[in-house]
Amino acid sequence: MLTLAHFLTLGAILFSLSVAGIFLNRKNVIILLMCIELMLLSVNMNFVAFSRFLGNLDGQVFVFFILTVAAAEAAIGLAILVVLFRNRDTINVSELDDLKG
Amino acid sequence: MTLTQILLLIPLLPLAGAIVSGLGRNVVGRNGAHWITIFAVAASCGLSFKILGWHMQGLIGVENLSVYTWMVSDGIKFEIGFLVDHLTSLMMCVVTFVSLMVHIYTIGYMQDDPGYQRFFSYINLFTFAMLMLVMSNNFLQLFFGWEAVGLVSYLLIGFWFKKESAIFANLKAFLVNRVGDFGFLLGIAAVVMAFGSLDYATVFAAAPGKAGDTISIIGGMDWNLMTVICVCLFIGAMGKSAQAPLHVWLPDSMEGPTPISALIHAATMVTAGIFMVARMSPLFELSDAALSFVMLIGAFTALAMGMIGIVQNDIKRVVAYSTLSQLGYMTVALGVSAYSAAIFHLMTHAFFKALLFLGAGSVIIALHHQQDMRYMGGLRRYMPVTWITAWLGTLALIGFPFFSGFYSKDAIIEAVHLSERWGSGVVYWAVVLGVFITALYSFRLLYLAFHGNERFEVVNSDEEHLPDGQVAHAPVESPFVVTMPLVLLAIPSVVIGWYTIEPVLFGGWLDDSIYVLERNDVLAELGHHFHGATAMALHAVQTIPFWMMVAGFAVATLVYQFRPALADMAARRAPGIYRLLEHKYYFDELYQRSFADGSLKLGQGLWNKADAGLIDGWLVNGSAKAVNWLAGRVRRWQTGFLYDYAFAMIVGLIAILGTWVVLR
Repeated sequence: MLTLAHFLTLGAILFSLSVAGIFLNRKNVIILLMCIELMLLSVNMNFVAFSRFLGNLDGQVFVFFILTVAAAEAAIGLAILVVLFRNRDTINVSELDDLKG
Repeated sequence: MTLTQILLLIPLLPLAGAIVSGLGRNVVGRNGAHWITIFAVAASCGLSFKILGWHMQGLIGVENLSVYTWMVSDGIKFEIGFLVDHLTSLMMCVVTFVSLMVHIYTIGYMQDDPGYQRFFSYINLFTFAMLMLVMSNNFLQLFFGWEAVGLVSYLLIGFWFKKESAIFANLKAFLVNRVGDFGFLLGIAAVVMAFGSLDYATVFAAAPGKAGDTISIIGGMDWNLMTVICVCLFIGAMGKSAQAPLHVWLPDSMEGPTPISALIHAATMVTAGIFMVARMSPLFELSDAALSFVMLIGAFTALAMGMIGIVQNDIKRVVAYSTLSQLGYMTVALGVSAYSAAIFHLMTHAFFKALLFLGAGSVIIALHHQQDMRYMGGLRRYMPVTWITAWLGTLALIGFPFFSGFYSKDAIIEAVHLSERWGSGVVYWAVVLGVFITALYSFRLLYLAFHGNERFEVVNSDEEHLPDGQVAHAPVESPFVVTMPLVLLAIPSVVIGWYTIEPVLFGGWLDDSIYVLERNDVLAELGHHFHGATAMALHAVQTIPFWMMVAGFAVATLVYQFRPALADMAARRAPGIYRLLEHKYYFDELYQRSFADGSLKLGQGLWNKADAGLIDGWLVNGSAKAVNWLAGRVRRWQTGFLYDYAFAMIVGLIAILGTWVVLR
């Protein structure tokens, strides 16, 4: 029998994976974007789980919104990535340190 | 015209003249400037004499008129008004007459000067300010006039403002006068505090009731109110009338053109202090301590400053030190409650000292602005009018019987002799010795300038600047506009003492202005021995001052006429005294080192340490540096890598949530 705890654990594992991906990834901005998507999905997982558990549809409505935003974000993120590559000839995260003070 | 209108015209005509000739100097031109200003002064002189005449005929008495109320604050009225009594009308006549003479003289003296109109504008403005001062019926207007004459004096000392020494001198005069004015202002403030009024009549009427009051100034010490007020007011007089130790500005003021030395720094402005103390006699009479202070300061000035005159070589400076000395005599007279004698000496001195200054100016014109007496001599052959009038002025100054100076100075000396004020014994000998000194330096001036051999060489060249001892052309007598004032001033210098001593000193002419306590009234006692002006002059040969004067004449004649080597020998024999006099008792050096250099050092210290060091260095730059240092540290956290920021966010989130969970 699958309980709420299983779903929450899955969400936590997905979230931790994506956070670790952001920290540990030193090479590729695309992986960064994928990690962010994964993080949103883990949140979605929690929303759906709680929605089902509480018998309230609000959480599932939220998931639709988040999916939409995530799609838009992915589109913009990839567009920025293309422009970045054209300007810098690289998508290596270690070389993108213009914010350095 | 009503009396008020006449009284308003007297000061306002010179003011109008000053404005027209000053602001419209290019419109009226040189001739226009002198005609306008001379007309203005002549008219106010004529009106002043008219007022004096009315007083003499008894047509008007003490007229106390308020013309305009400027404001009323906390019950204290700030007014413009005129108090016209005998003292005022006398002062008005002296001021306007000498001013008129100086105006005429200036036509000749300043004829080549580019600042011609400016000069006339200033001296007209001065006449206005001085008239406001003497005609005032309240302390506020007195202070206005006081400061206004100081301002014009400043402007005129620095008239040749491209000359370094003139700028130094006018700044010095201004600063030293500020010291005196500070005391004066404190005195006026004390009057307002004690009496709640600025009006003379109110204050004087209330003064006897406050005679015993005390005032606590610092640390709970009680001082006699009247002494505090009078000493503060007298400090103002010390600045304006150049009494030691605030005298240092007057000799330096000789950097200005000679006509203003005669008008401002001999005849009128410097006597404002004397006039003020005489006007305040109802206050001064109530404080024996203040009067003793006045007398001692005057005696020191009279003797010590005269002695400096003996070693000066600049012709104007000799006359300047003589002025200091004579002002000392007037101050002594004030100190022994012989206010009338002080005013009398003020009047005679105004005539003969203006005469001597203008005579010195005439010599300076003839020698093309050579002022050093070592390069003069024998001028009597070239300029007889100047020579004779200088002789008359000198005889008046040294107090030769029948001349005006004799009556005024002798009255002062006798008054000191009769006075029982604390210290008057020493003061008597100081003023008697002063007569000897006066005769010595006066005849030294005469002999060096007009007698003996010519110590200059006529080179007949057109060079602008010749070395000392050479003049471009043979000296000639000055033009008519210069000699006429000399003659017109010489007449009162000779006769006015004989003519006026009886009414002014003993006839009660000034009784409506001056208040003397009976126990202080030395002049009344002197009056018992007075049997007419002629008898007084004849009696003089039996008195000590006369023989002191003769001794001064004899020494001067011996040394400067027959044995010039004696002077150098005396200087060599007593090098200490000579150096002391040469350096004017080191007053200038003392003030320069202590006050001038001290404030300079203080200013530089404040600038370097406080402003540049503390405020700029620590507060302004310091806070900028602190921010810079802090930012340098914080900046290291900004690696620019996205994962570091994300890590910080996560850590922050965990920390916040953790805190929330723990504290919940």
